[in-house]
Amino acid sequence: MASFEVPSWWRRFLALPNESPSKTLGMAFLVSAVCAVVVSSSATLLKPMQEANRRVEKNARMMQMLRGVPGISELLQDVGAEALEVEVVDLASGRFAEDADPARYDASQAGEDERASVVIPPALDVAGLGQRARFATVYLIRDDQRLASVVVPVYGKGYQSILRGYLALESDLDTIAALAFYEHGETPGIGARITEADWQAQWAGKRAFDAAGAVVVTVAPGVGEGPHQVDGITGATRTSLGVTHLLRYWLGPHGFGPMLGRLRGAS
Amino acid sequence: MAASLRQLSEPIVDNNPITVQILGVCSALAVTTSLSTALVMCVALTVVLASSNVVISVVRHHIPRSIRLILQITIIASLVIVVDQVLQAYAFAMSKRLSVFVGLIITNCLVLGRAEAFAMQNPPWPSFLDGVGNGLGYSAVLTTVAATREFLGAGALLGYPLLPSVREGGWYQPLELMLLPSSAFFLLGLAVWAVRSRHHGQIETTEFALRSQVLREDR
Repeated sequence: MASFEVPSWWRRFLALPNESPSKTLGMAFLVSAVCAVVVSSSATLLKPMQEANRRVEKNARMMQMLRGVPGISELLQDVGAEALEVEVVDLASGRFAEDADPARYDASQAGEDERASVVIPPALDVAGLGQRARFATVYLIRDDQRLASVVVPVYGKGYQSILRGYLALESDLDTIAALAFYEHGETPGIGARITEADWQAQWAGKRAFDAAGAVVVTVAPGVGEGPHQVDGITGATRTSLGVTHLLRYWLGPHGFGPMLGRLRGAS
Repeated sequence: MAASLRQLSEPIVDNNPITVQILGVCSALAVTTSLSTALVMCVALTVVLASSNVVISVVRHHIPRSIRLILQITIIASLVIVVDQVLQAYAFAMSKRLSVFVGLIITNCLVLGRAEAFAMQNPPWPSFLDGVGNGLGYSAVLTTVAATREFLGAGALLGYPLLPSVREGGWYQPLELMLLPSSAFFLLGLAVWAVRSRHHGQIETTEFALRSQVLREDR
């Protein structure tokens, strides 16, 4: 058997009395270094699979949300998947980018890329995002060329995580058809209730804008009243506020406002 | 061989970590509403327990006493993160249902308890057997509790309906209490009682008499 040489400094290190300061420090560094390598390599190696899983989950959530919206599910069944039109929209101008391939554009990746994103002016940054991608992927559902629904991705800061979801607007681009969150890290049983069907169902039929065109839809602190409010979640003040803020931002002039304006003008 | 086998089987009933040592109860309450989550949790915990025992046992002669708990927790935490990452990659839906409880294996007193009580004094192979044995002991209790809770609480096992529930037009009225965390306490209590009424050796001597008894003796 080939004997391999154990370096002498290593043997000397192991021979040190356990309680000596250098051995204590050495062991602390050694254990944490080995653990760091193990943890980071497992995270890196498994990342592609985890992301694939997340994408599947995201699509499933969106299809589930769309299916739950009255009218849209029938529409999707009638005309098939072609009714769902995917567009990449330039948020600043509200125009659809003709040359972008929706299948390959990943807004969450672009949002982290300096060149593909813009800094949100602090005064407008109600959702606490800091910066956002220049483009976003939106889904349009058409019924005989007539726009039936628009689905836009929304995200923003909750209590302790970023809430990510989809907002579906009806053909008047004011009435909310559905709001569903597919990813968050809020407190289980409290903030996490934003994913419960009962809570999400409240959004259907609410009106996003007031007569002057300002975004007014709110998660009320308590019981929601009128067409612009939904019930808050007890104990989840910050999460509820986060939902209000992210809708304010994404429906506002720095979010999908320009696109919604163009779509309104076209119809 | 016989010794190894004994070491593996002892923690399952005679020295069960949950019913005798009352370790690792917190997670036992949280993940036992259905059998499938409990089974995945059992596998995750057994893997972590066995591997942390082996790793700690391998380096046991070189762990300075002053920082031994920190080193043990670092090793355990790393293993738990790896298990969590693997679950997120290969069993995504399950890892969503288990949510924080996989991460909380780190704080499961059972893992640190076995590392400190056994792996620090014993060679790797016995430590491995001890880890697997204790993992199986934990699993035995967890699966029993979870099976009872899912069967009585939802009339199903592993998601397959066995008793037709009233909601679906059958006769079985599900026992909703079983789906609440407190029912796991009742079931664990019953399990401890059942095991101890057979194995009298496990009954602890009373350290403090009840106040009413003390008062009566004074009179």
